[in-house]
Amino acid sequence: MKQVLAVLAVVAAIVAIWYAACIPMNIKGVLTEVERAGAEVVPAGAKERRDMNEFALAARNSFAIPATWAQDRPRLPAPHQVVAELWETTVKKKITSKRSLVYHGWVTLSATILGFAIGTGLGILLAVGIVHSRVMDMSVMPWAIVSQTIPIIALAPMIIVVLYSVGVQGIIPKAVISAYLSFFPVVVGMVKGLRSPDMMQLDLLRTYNATNAQRFWKLRLPASMPYLFASLKIGIAASLVGAIVGELPTGAVAGLGARLLAGSYYGQTVQIWSALFAAAILAACLVGLLGLIERVVLKRMGMAQ
Amino acid sequence: MIMVGLAILLWIFGWWLNTRLAEGPYAGTRAVQLAVPLIFGLTVIGVWELLVRGLEVPLVILPAPSAIAVRFSESIPILWADFVQTILKGALSGYVIGCSAAFLMAIAVDRWDFLRMGLLPVGNFVAALPIVGTAPILVMWFGFDWQSKAAVVVVMVFFPMLVNTVAGLREATAMQRDLMETYAASYWQSFFKLRLPAAMPFIFNGLKISTTLALIGAIVAEFFGSPTVGMGFRISTSVGQLSLDMVWAEIVVAALAGTAFYGLVAMIEKAVTFWHPSQRG
Amino acid sequence: MNTESNTQPVIEARQLDLVFQTNDGPVQALRDVNLTVNKGDFVSFIGPSGCGKTTFLRCVAALETPTGGSLSVNGMTPDEARRNRAYGYVFQAAGLYPWRTIAKNIKLPLEIMGYSRDEQEERVRKVLELVDLKGFGEKFPWQLSGGMQQRASIARALAFDADILLMDEPFGALDEIVRDHLNEQLLALWARTEKTIGFVTHSIPEAVYLSTKIVVMSPRPGRITDVIDSPLPKERPLDIRDTPEFIEVAHRVREGLRAGHLDD
Repeated sequence: MKQVLAVLAVVAAIVAIWYAACIPMNIKGVLTEVERAGAEVVPAGAKERRDMNEFALAARNSFAIPATWAQDRPRLPAPHQVVAELWETTVKKKITSKRSLVYHGWVTLSATILGFAIGTGLGILLAVGIVHSRVMDMSVMPWAIVSQTIPIIALAPMIIVVLYSVGVQGIIPKAVISAYLSFFPVVVGMVKGLRSPDMMQLDLLRTYNATNAQRFWKLRLPASMPYLFASLKIGIAASLVGAIVGELPTGAVAGLGARLLAGSYYGQTVQIWSALFAAAILAACLVGLLGLIERVVLKRMGMAQ
Repeated sequence: MIMVGLAILLWIFGWWLNTRLAEGPYAGTRAVQLAVPLIFGLTVIGVWELLVRGLEVPLVILPAPSAIAVRFSESIPILWADFVQTILKGALSGYVIGCSAAFLMAIAVDRWDFLRMGLLPVGNFVAALPIVGTAPILVMWFGFDWQSKAAVVVVMVFFPMLVNTVAGLREATAMQRDLMETYAASYWQSFFKLRLPAAMPFIFNGLKISTTLALIGAIVAEFFGSPTVGMGFRISTSVGQLSLDMVWAEIVVAALAGTAFYGLVAMIEKAVTFWHPSQRG
Repeated sequence: MNTESNTQPVIEARQLDLVFQTNDGPVQALRDVNLTVNKGDFVSFIGPSGCGKTTFLRCVAALETPTGGSLSVNGMTPDEARRNRAYGYVFQAAGLYPWRTIAKNIKLPLEIMGYSRDEQEERVRKVLELVDLKGFGEKFPWQLSGGMQQRASIARALAFDADILLMDEPFGALDEIVRDHLNEQLLALWARTEKTIGFVTHSIPEAVYLSTKIVVMSPRPGRITDVIDSPLPKERPLDIRDTPEFIEVAHRVREGLRAGHLDD
């Protein structure tokens, strides 16, 4: 209970800081606008104000402060503007509309999920191979670990263009990026998990004269589950980032990444922020869903309370 | 066709060699453990080269490793300028600012229980979000040059670092805290002598995660606007011009920078947390 | 002068009560505990788990706060005594910091209490000799055996010359052979330093072998059922454990423990 209260307090503080930050961020633009509309501003003239301190400006023109939360294209939109835009573009627009965030979100989400499924599947397979084959372990594992330290996302633009030039478009290129971004964390996590049973547990199965397959299904796989879920959560977040970044270089017309890019071209800050929040909500839902599945699975297996 | 045949042969030979090494009597030695992945890597590069030549894959789809190497050596001044712009100016300055800010914040959070209880779930939540998405906003605020890239990096590394440091500062056991209590140690005495050293493995975990995030942030932010220099800029324009050998050269730089950066932090970690079981073994 | 300090008890508990509030309701950890410990005593606290022996020691160390009664340490409240660094505390596990060498671990309290650098060196040298760890100062804790680690933690508690030593099952995790050896050394150390020692254990032979006074406790609620003043001489070789006097005392302790259980 106290925890919930603390979280709410922190969130409230963040929102308050956000509102406060809108004032110095937007005051100059607002003053220019109201001056053009005929209001009295001290000092007059945008040029005069150019190098002035934002806080001093806000203090001397306090009448303009409410306007900093209601600008059309603010440098920093106020929270309620973002929420309104989110509401506008999700609930009020038809899902098929090009302006609907649900539509754009779905474009990104479908690529994310397809890529995540492929990447996770291949990752688990490779992990099983690594645990059972010394050659694979020694050859591949070091590279899988090194790959974690490299910004492999830099490959994304090239993959889009190369696949485009051989005639593959749409969801597949983005899914490929999502797949390889989730692939490596899953490999590393799953190998760790499959290796987590200790010597005593392995020796016990040896005393039963268990086969390799039995050892895998009865011990290694169940023991790996907590590790698998931990890396799945990292993997899905990486997949989503991959799908979003995959929408940037070709100037894609649909998807959350496309909304970000279009917003930054046309200075539509509210659109950028709402796309960003949509991506954040999507990520939170995906990670939360995996967390839920994790809870249910681990509970069934008796590994969690 | 000969090239393709050679590629298949090379693959079989490399795999055979590694099998011999990995299952041979010297598999446990350091030399073999280093040699096997190296042989694997070289085999992959060799097969790649042979396949690209044998199948006459056009440059715009996949350049041969030799072509990438040539382009790399010809473009060293450009690559160096990009490296300085993106890694040294953008990523590194953002990394230092972001990690120090998170560290100071963690100390404050740790001191006030209420703050910790509230901020930790929020921090964990934010750490899982696609923060690279803030890049267009920050580019708009801080301009096209490296300052906006550094800002993206600050935002990206802040929360993972914060969460790890806060977790680390709570790592000291109840018994170790009681011991400090029996000495009537002050808050800062117990902080510097007990909790900070005990937190080091966690802090370094955060620092290591952040190295990769810093590079990702700095490169991706350049996709949203940059001056005419920088790794992200070079990648996106070279992709547009279909000069994929240049893209690959930049990726090689990114890979080298990433491993070097991570390796450096890991080396410092080894020196600082030599006492931790994970480092002793 | 000596007689005067003997009349002032080092630890004095009067009708001490401690109730923990837990999720399952209040738990009476200590009830009506009365005890006087004089200077130079070696007092053992023995009883089954949950009898409050460790809790009592933690109260003396001001790591817990009693909910009733009075407790004085060196004539002060336990918290004042803690602030005056009146005691050294040895925990169940050695609890040495893995990032400090043995010598630097022993310096830890000295740094906190602001001793000069020379003084620190001098004291480390002295206590390392006292616990027979000369030459191990530059080793890290994890390079030493469990028994040596526990000796180092005793050295750490001795380093700042508090005249009370509180030990909470310090040898509980060690094997019998090491434990015998450390018991012998502890007695020698006590004879040399004339400290007052409070010692929690659940081994009857250990309690009888070491103590001048044995406090038998029993659980639910934690209380004292018997206080036995040992008739054994101060000089105690290991084979004293085979003498009739020793067996007699051990028998009485066992009776006390059993009596505590019959109340249940």
